[in-house]
Amino acid sequence: MLIQEISHPGRRASAQAPLSRAEVGDLPAHLRRASPPALPEVSELQAVRHYTRLSQKNFSIDTHFYPLGSCTMKYNPRACHSLASLPGFLARHPLAPVTHGQGILACLHELQELLGEVTGMHAVSLAPAAGAQGEFAGVAMIRAYHEARGDRGRTEILVPDAAHGTNPASAAMCGFKVREIPTGADGDLDLEALRAALGPQTAGIMLTNPSTIGVFDRRIGAVAEAVHAAGGLLYYDGANLNAILGQVRPGDMGFDVIHMNLHKTFATPHGGGGPGAGPVGVSARLEPFLPLPLVTREGQDYRWLEEADRPHSIGRLTAFGGNIGILLRAYIYARLVGREGMKRIADYASLNANYLFKRLIAAGFEPAYGQRRASHEFILTLRREAKATGVNAMDFAKRLLDYGFHAPTTYFPLLVPECLLIEPTETETPEELDSFVAAMTAIRAEAETDPERVKGAPHSLPVRRLDDVRAAREPDLAWKGSPAHG
Amino acid sequence: MSQVPSELRYTQDHEWARDNGDGTLTVGITDHAQEALGDLVFVEVPEPGREVAVGEACAVVESVKAASDIFSPLAGTVTEVNAALADAPERINEDPYGEGWIFKLVPADASAFAGLLDPDAYAALLDDE
Repeated sequence: MLIQEISHPGRRASAQAPLSRAEVGDLPAHLRRASPPALPEVSELQAVRHYTRLSQKNFSIDTHFYPLGSCTMKYNPRACHSLASLPGFLARHPLAPVTHGQGILACLHELQELLGEVTGMHAVSLAPAAGAQGEFAGVAMIRAYHEARGDRGRTEILVPDAAHGTNPASAAMCGFKVREIPTGADGDLDLEALRAALGPQTAGIMLTNPSTIGVFDRRIGAVAEAVHAAGGLLYYDGANLNAILGQVRPGDMGFDVIHMNLHKTFATPHGGGGPGAGPVGVSARLEPFLPLPLVTREGQDYRWLEEADRPHSIGRLTAFGGNIGILLRAYIYARLVGREGMKRIADYASLNANYLFKRLIAAGFEPAYGQRRASHEFILTLRREAKATGVNAMDFAKRLLDYGFHAPTTYFPLLVPECLLIEPTETETPEELDSFVAAMTAIRAEAETDPERVKGAPHSLPVRRLDDVRAAREPDLAWKGSPAHG
Repeated sequence: MSQVPSELRYTQDHEWARDNGDGTLTVGITDHAQEALGDLVFVEVPEPGREVAVGEACAVVESVKAASDIFSPLAGTVTEVNAALADAPERINEDPYGEGWIFKLVPADASAFAGLLDPDAYAALLDDE
């Protein structure tokens, strides 16, 4: 139910803000509202109940196993939330002088340093407010680097077909032509195809390693060498950083620029639960181009580095310092787990993924890359089930909701038919993973005996199967009050 | 099993081309392609008059699962497009070889048509998938 549907004319909650109307005489008449906005008119208690009930209907990491591949839906420790909510952090005004915010700046500076350390990058900017913005900033720096050298013929970015799906979009947004590089049957990048595609037009390559196939590219050294020899730069998409944290560093693999999804790897709220953060790290030659602001330490004092300090910067991406509330949570998380803990995160993320992978294979499900060890995630293909029973990956995904599991990523990567991309993360117990295997097995049995039951799923949730085709063809995005509701 | 009409030629990328006998070819996506993509929700057609290279991305089909480029099977000039797809992308799902055609092309080299996959070769490709 929408809150508009319980609206009653004239009903009010107690005022949270002054009621006096702002003067808008300087706005042209045709831009001013002729009538008040159609806001719901409800009591405070009605509003509280409405949103509390909605929140109880959520599938979330706090309520359900959430193995959404490539998204790293790990537990968000409460300590991060409570410490980031300290009034000294929460109440700081972004325009307050830096002398009144040394504590926050110290935390952000230390976060810059430790992210650089764990990824092997020379310098880090925390400014990007999401993964996509981090990618944009990263590619913009590659562009700025070539331009600063007068090397203007580099118009192409190479993107493997197993890369994270946002990479081609980021490259195109920065004005590059995207050229796709195929993946070999073993899941590694096709080196011959890469060598054939490289040339004086190559600005760089965007790689996700481990890739969205859930395997680590074993020839990353040769890839880096070939791209650098052609004058291109290497971009590392941090989507799957969780798999290698504390084990191997993108900087050591030869990457020149990297973005990190703090809302994945560093356990900040994610997926409708909070804003993201996509810091970028660079090698020394790209440092002048980092987005602003940066935090620097001078003696015992911290201050922002701004345009006057970094004239070659690609500029600003958000107002003020990015999503500082999220950056603080990531900082606290990193301090809680410590250097040793970083390594353990990757150990257990890989252990959980491989345990679940093996159990599902033993239960008779078909792996897409069975000859490879999974990194932190893996792919099943349900093409046999779809062929035999007509029940496809989407039907399995919807039925899993009835069993109390959030669905894995479906139909991505596009290379694998009827695929489920499954990432359990390190924060799940073996018992939870076992019950997921039991649910998958039960659903397959249902598909054989009662396929319509699976195709009609979910049955037990407040909302049944949505008509996603009609939603895309005839999007209906705004509440239009019916006469009964005014 | 998806349909592979015998009078058409095909590409590795699951497009079909029909020789209209008047110097033009009609291009669309195969039954297998529409089945794999699922219900289409958006189609972007090329501009008439556009010159395209062989294998050049010149149209886009988008379903609830994925967006895919359509590659020109041959080099040539686009002469006509199926404007009805803008309001009715489902025509590709319902009738991929008929009402769901995407564009017409005058090939730069008419003999290149014979170099496309014949129905048997395309059916063999589908068997391998």
